[in-house]
Amino acid sequence: MADASMTRSAAMAGPRGAKPRKTLSPRNIMLYGTLIVVCLYYLLPLWVMVMTSLKGMPEVRLGNIFSPPVEFTFQPWVKAWKEACTGLNCDGLSRGFWNSVIITVPSVVLSIAIASVNGYALINWRFKGSDIFFTILIFGSFIPYQIMLYPIVILLREAGIYGTLWGLVIVHTIFGMPILTLLFRNYFSAIPEELFKAARVDGAGFWGIYFRIMLPMSLPIFVVALILQVTGIWNDFLFGVVFTKPDLYPMTVQLNNIVNSVQGVKEYNVNMAATLLTGLVPLVVYFVSGKLFVRGIAAGAVKG
Amino acid sequence: MKLTKLTAALCASVAMPAMATELEVTHWWTSGGEAAAVAELAKAFDASGDKWIDGAIAGGGGTARPIMISRITGGDPMGATQFNHGQQALELVEAGLMLDLTDVAEANNWKEIVYPPSLLDACTVDGKIYCAPVNIHSPEWLWLSNKVYEDIGIPVPKDWNEFVATAPQVEAAGKIPLALGNQPWQSNLAFGAMQIAVAGLDAWKAVNVDKNMDVAAGPEYAKVFQAAADARKLAAKSTVQDWNQATNLVITDEAAGQIMGDWAQGEFQVANEVAGKDYTCLPGLGLNEYISTGGDAFYFPKLDDPEKEAAQKRLAALLVSPEVQVAFNLKKGSLPIRGDIDLSAANDCMKKGLEILAGGNIVPSGDMNWNPDVQKQAEDLMVEFWKSDMPAEEAQAKWVEILKSGL
Amino acid sequence: MAEARGRARWTRNISAKIAAIPMIATALVVFLGGTIWTVVYSFTNSKLLPKANFVGFDQYERLWATSRWTISIQNLMFYGVMSLVFTVVMGFILAVLMDQKIRHEDTFRTIMLYPFALSFIVTGLVWQWILNPQFGIQGVVRDWGWESFTFDPLNNPQTVLYGLLIAGLWQGTGFVMCLMLAGLRGIDEDIWKAARVDGIPTWKTYVVVIIPMMRAVFITTLVIVASGIIRLYDLVVAMTSGGPGGNASQVPAMYVYDYMFQAQNLGQGFAASTMMLLSVLIVLIPWAYLEFGGKKHG
Repeated sequence: MADASMTRSAAMAGPRGAKPRKTLSPRNIMLYGTLIVVCLYYLLPLWVMVMTSLKGMPEVRLGNIFSPPVEFTFQPWVKAWKEACTGLNCDGLSRGFWNSVIITVPSVVLSIAIASVNGYALINWRFKGSDIFFTILIFGSFIPYQIMLYPIVILLREAGIYGTLWGLVIVHTIFGMPILTLLFRNYFSAIPEELFKAARVDGAGFWGIYFRIMLPMSLPIFVVALILQVTGIWNDFLFGVVFTKPDLYPMTVQLNNIVNSVQGVKEYNVNMAATLLTGLVPLVVYFVSGKLFVRGIAAGAVKG
Repeated sequence: MKLTKLTAALCASVAMPAMATELEVTHWWTSGGEAAAVAELAKAFDASGDKWIDGAIAGGGGTARPIMISRITGGDPMGATQFNHGQQALELVEAGLMLDLTDVAEANNWKEIVYPPSLLDACTVDGKIYCAPVNIHSPEWLWLSNKVYEDIGIPVPKDWNEFVATAPQVEAAGKIPLALGNQPWQSNLAFGAMQIAVAGLDAWKAVNVDKNMDVAAGPEYAKVFQAAADARKLAAKSTVQDWNQATNLVITDEAAGQIMGDWAQGEFQVANEVAGKDYTCLPGLGLNEYISTGGDAFYFPKLDDPEKEAAQKRLAALLVSPEVQVAFNLKKGSLPIRGDIDLSAANDCMKKGLEILAGGNIVPSGDMNWNPDVQKQAEDLMVEFWKSDMPAEEAQAKWVEILKSGL
Repeated sequence: MAEARGRARWTRNISAKIAAIPMIATALVVFLGGTIWTVVYSFTNSKLLPKANFVGFDQYERLWATSRWTISIQNLMFYGVMSLVFTVVMGFILAVLMDQKIRHEDTFRTIMLYPFALSFIVTGLVWQWILNPQFGIQGVVRDWGWESFTFDPLNNPQTVLYGLLIAGLWQGTGFVMCLMLAGLRGIDEDIWKAARVDGIPTWKTYVVVIIPMMRAVFITTLVIVASGIIRLYDLVVAMTSGGPGGNASQVPAMYVYDYMFQAQNLGQGFAASTMMLLSVLIVLIPWAYLEFGGKKHG
């Protein structure tokens, strides 16, 4: 029954149809009902985290994780942001915030730029052996990072960039490359080849076609790549701490120090606040970049 | 006059950092009390005219150690780094990556003052000393909730045997007799504590120091495994993960007891519980009052810079000095590595530990006796044993095989 | 003449070749080189530092004699299949729902994506609380008066993998949904118009027309989800530490890390990771053959 009503109304409206006028149609009730139920699943842990982060430790120890705090306190948030100690430095997450920005921005830009060109070359400018390199790359996406730690240390040491920001940016670019290249290659493969051939006939070259045709047609996949990389690099802890020095440690080093202490008192409320605070930057990126989740505007424009 | 003073002060404050040698120090002490303890070390080092650059990385061995080792082998080492007492840094020393501290040790007479001497032995490779021990932690403690026993109307157990004997009454009252978190190292810790408590010192030494595998397979150790098999039934209803959640079961009087290291004390303190009144601590499970001397030491990677090397040696000497030992260990809640200092500010349970230490009832920790590979395998076995119904005999046989792989 | 043609062939696509240099270097030096390095050292008895002291297949013999390892593999297979199926199906259905011109799309999408941005250590802890019988869902429902209600997946070896699955899906499906949504948005509007003109019902258009057109997106999704499954580690550590019952939720990556870094037995860790990579290769090579063998683009 659910299926039938859904199908029928969806068929009438269609995903591309005009905005439905009736807000309380059976289709809408089904649609929004499902989405809201799904969102409850996604929000439940978030609720627990937010509520815990607003309680004092005595109340957390009482152990009703779902109940809102009896006494609201923002102290855990303040503590997580600027008081929690990382060894000696008691200035919380704020200490590493700008370092994280300095690391994330070039890493994200470089990795997406290289991977999108890779994907484009792999689809439209295939050369001998390109498929083999691509297959190795995909294989690389399955290698756990920790296993590669020692070889990478040796490589960077030999290249003389161990311990520098650029060393770290290159490591992020390397480890982002497999998945991102796959992402772009497979997305570009769906773009009609006639467009590419027509541009070739018009005399456009490698970079001309990339910037004028491929790039504008691929906004949604760039957003997906952005989400993936911002999340991955912003949350990276291992590379940030292995390949840089303390004055360049990203925020996740402080986050790890706050939430991952083995011996010693665990302040769950501060842990939650710190985790939520660290997640805010990716969250903003998700929300803002969402506007680019548009359906092929460029496709229409090109065909014009 | 005022002006010259100001100028002088300004000059001093500008000149000081230029003179001071910066040393980056990595460690995994990050929780509240731990950080306060590190701050004592840094304060002392800065006061002596150098500069402590803090590189704290939380997560203990699993997270922090690969990072430290990568840095050292990557050719970008820190000035000093924490490791546990034992064999963790042995290969780094053998590879020639660590600074020889023998002259510091001789100048400061470490051989005489470091107590117990086994701590310094753990730092020694081929007759040379490569690390500065800083503190002692012992895992062999039984923590009990007094209220659970008051409510039932029986006295608080004085040792492990009484604890096991009263367990049925605790269970009948709807409480968990033994709290045990699910993290692997906790099962291993509990077994380690029972080893020395149940098998006794002689059998323990025969196995762990003299590596006598016949004793390990023999009747004394069969008793240990039987005791552990009994204990796992007492912990069957414990459903938490982290050690401090298990401690919290004791604090909230949901569980009667927990086997955990001396660091558990911090949790009781934070919950405003008083030793002797709200909770009871029994070192060596109350049976054999022996504690093992685990803990931490600092190692100093070789740096191609004579100035930094001098600073490293200054730091090494400072870490063992009496003032730093007192200040650091009071904050850390651990025991000092020298017996000639006064810790009157320590609390009850810590004093018990100090007495045992002073009485010489100590044994080397697992890290000193067995390599990390053997310990990890033993840990895997203990998890399987504690959390399943593997027969005691089978576990003992497997355990002996694992120990043999480390001979 | 021959030389000229040779040079012509080499300079063909020269921009593309130059642009691909980073990719080629990464593939050969890092991934291929790193893998070979790992395999070579898996035949040594390296402890803390890699040392070329070869011991033949000793590490592999020990590996396969270890019950923790063999159980880890079984666990991963079960978890992997379940996770793959549920992630892809849920991700696709959610993307279709999101593609119905709904209001507040940004809000819905952000809610579903947010878990993706949070560290596993803490979300694992929160899920462990929620699933804990005393103070989680079971406790709450019992407080409501349903005394016999039982929901305790994490403390039962039979169900612990489902418990992990609940948290794993929570974390990962939002991103897959975005990926699918990008795929849906990339499909030409004319396809939909044509389908409507032909009177094909919407669900049938999805199944018969859209899904085959999104083949590339599905492959991308499969690789991303599968690589995440192979590397599954933090979540297990945070939620179960591999238990209950000893090994009920052990996974291979955990074995690798534990032995590389805690046991300081690099040789054993490398042997285990070589086995993991070998199994990836067994899946990957037939796929690469199908993808590239024979047919050429366009």
